[in-house]
Amino acid sequence: MLLALKAWGHLGTLPVFLLLALLLLCGMAAAGLLAVGVERVAYRPLRNAPRLVPLISAIGVSFFLQDAVRFAESLWRNAFYLTYPSLEALDRRLRLGGAADLPYKSLVVMAGAVGIMLGLTAFVNRSRVGKAIRAVAEDRPTASLMGIDVNRIIAVTFFVGGAMGGAAGVLFGIQYSLINPYTGFIPGLKAFTAAVLGGIGNLPGAMVGGLVLGLLEAASASYLSLLTGGAFGAEYKDILAFSILIVILIFRPRGILGEVVAEKV
Amino acid sequence: MSAEATEEHQRGTTSRAHLVGVLAFVAITAAAVYAAPGSLMLFLAFQASLLLLYYARLSPGLRTALAALALGGVLPFLGTVNGYYLEVATQVGIFVALALGLNIVVGLAGLLDLGYVAFFAVGAYLWAIFGSRQANEFMASAFGSFPLGPGWFFVFLGLGVAVAAGTGVLLGLPVLRLRGDYLAIVTLGFGEVIRVLANNLDKPVNLTNGPKGITPIQRPPLFFGPWLEALGWGATPAALYPLYFYFLVLGIVVVVVLATQRLQDSPIGRAWEAIREDEAAAVAMGVPLVRMKLLSFACGASFAGAVGVLFAAKQFFINPESFTFMESIGVLAMIILGGMGSIPGAVLGATAVTVLNLQVLKGVSLWLNELRNAGTTIFGYNLANLPTQLEPAKYERMVFGVILVLMMIFRPQGILPRQRGAPAARRGADA
Repeated sequence: MLLALKAWGHLGTLPVFLLLALLLLCGMAAAGLLAVGVERVAYRPLRNAPRLVPLISAIGVSFFLQDAVRFAESLWRNAFYLTYPSLEALDRRLRLGGAADLPYKSLVVMAGAVGIMLGLTAFVNRSRVGKAIRAVAEDRPTASLMGIDVNRIIAVTFFVGGAMGGAAGVLFGIQYSLINPYTGFIPGLKAFTAAVLGGIGNLPGAMVGGLVLGLLEAASASYLSLLTGGAFGAEYKDILAFSILIVILIFRPRGILGEVVAEKV
Repeated sequence: MSAEATEEHQRGTTSRAHLVGVLAFVAITAAAVYAAPGSLMLFLAFQASLLLLYYARLSPGLRTALAALALGGVLPFLGTVNGYYLEVATQVGIFVALALGLNIVVGLAGLLDLGYVAFFAVGAYLWAIFGSRQANEFMASAFGSFPLGPGWFFVFLGLGVAVAAGTGVLLGLPVLRLRGDYLAIVTLGFGEVIRVLANNLDKPVNLTNGPKGITPIQRPPLFFGPWLEALGWGATPAALYPLYFYFLVLGIVVVVVLATQRLQDSPIGRAWEAIREDEAAAVAMGVPLVRMKLLSFACGASFAGAVGVLFAAKQFFINPESFTFMESIGVLAMIILGGMGSIPGAVLGATAVTVLNLQVLKGVSLWLNELRNAGTTIFGYNLANLPTQLEPAKYERMVFGVILVLMMIFRPQGILPRQRGAPAARRGADA
């Protein structure tokens, strides 16, 4: 199910800049619908195959989509590196006193992320569909015996996963401005790292994991070069993220908040 | 096929009609390539003759002899007519060896390694650093001066095997106890780490020369030059090297095929397949899980290390761009296409994907460019207006993606699946 989150971030970055909320919703809807389509084509036929098979299929889909976006962009605009249209209001900076200031767009990104996380938590924990999702995750045959339409629930899960990826893509685009079809790869890898760090199958865990990973990365990007006398710089932050993943997997495979949930297959 | 024929086939006897057919096909396609050295289709037909060889009903000895004739005699000869064929064949050979290595990890042991190219990079950088002036940057004078002589190439071929295998064990130790999907992500991350390291280790100590890459890299010694001279076949090094590399790659491929064949019929290979089919049952039967997984990791990595050393020597120049995630997925697509766990499958998949990338995609690209420059009009659309960023040669990812998804959905066992059963009853797998 995690695979739904893979590498579709870039897709949400395509729609034209209208309004922030509308943009976010468009990105989420487009990416979510795409994810549902992908699930129908590339995962549902493999539902009962050995575990490696859907994983390989997922990689194939993400590679195909990257080049499909590149193809479309090349045909349409003759360029596949895109600059996000900038909005003057977003580029202004908020003065925090002293030498510290903060661009508004970062505030938007943070607010967006918090809002989406709250929404997702409420959806999974409070709604009927959320309950069904948790039931299917726990035990698919039993859930289906309880009258849950497993195929539909899995499709919904892919929609939600894709929509989250799309939202992340839009926020990424707002923050960093420059995107290309291959932008989503490293963030996708880090999403997995963050999920493992926090504890897989655990929403608060994923958020804590993301926060910890993000802070560690930002700190290392700023201070690594200072601490090592300029020998190692910000370019090593990806290696740091990956080392954290390995260390966590060795010493605490359940993740930071992992006790809450049992190991799922 | 009648029951009698099947039995005959299993005994490995030769059908004269098949022998004549294969010989005729090889001869005709080879002659055609010789007559029209520029033709892509004819060269593809010649490559297909090797597949025919695999399917023909021949005794194992005869099949090996024919394969040796085609790969060791006819193909190099065609290469002297058009050097490009030799280059393609060498590239195919490199990827065949890589695919066979990954085949051990993914196909036999069932461990999804998404960072396989990292081991290839380790081998390549090993020889690139010591086989060029690069090593002077960090260990001058103390060990003499670099580059090392050409003769060291063969030493490093062995060292590449050892170092890559060691890297495989180091990476495998922390993660092989975990579930398969964790392994996939960690190996993927490892592949990225190796690339980032290669990109950035030009400071504080200049190990890899960063994104600029390393060149010139020492080539292997032409020790046989005088012998050829004595036979009256003297040639310039420039003419000899392509052939030399072709035969080196061919040698490595033969060694790798033999090693894989012996491994998969050994207790080790059976343990790997047991792990792939059912880990819990394998453990219950007394298979030492972690040790066997580490062994498969080390074996797969060691092949990639040896090929990497050769790759560095052949390319003369390497930089981190040759070792991206896409290469790992490319090798994966090769074994998925051919058939996981199957030696002929890995060979077929590697050949097909490499040829597709090197010849077909580039061919389409060139063709499209010609049409564009000529301003051809199709269905009322002038191709001169086609966006210039549309380069079919650049869509390798799409090719890999389509291969992976379609194969997983429609034929997960691959085009030439592994033939099961007792080794004696199996087809000779040396095609």
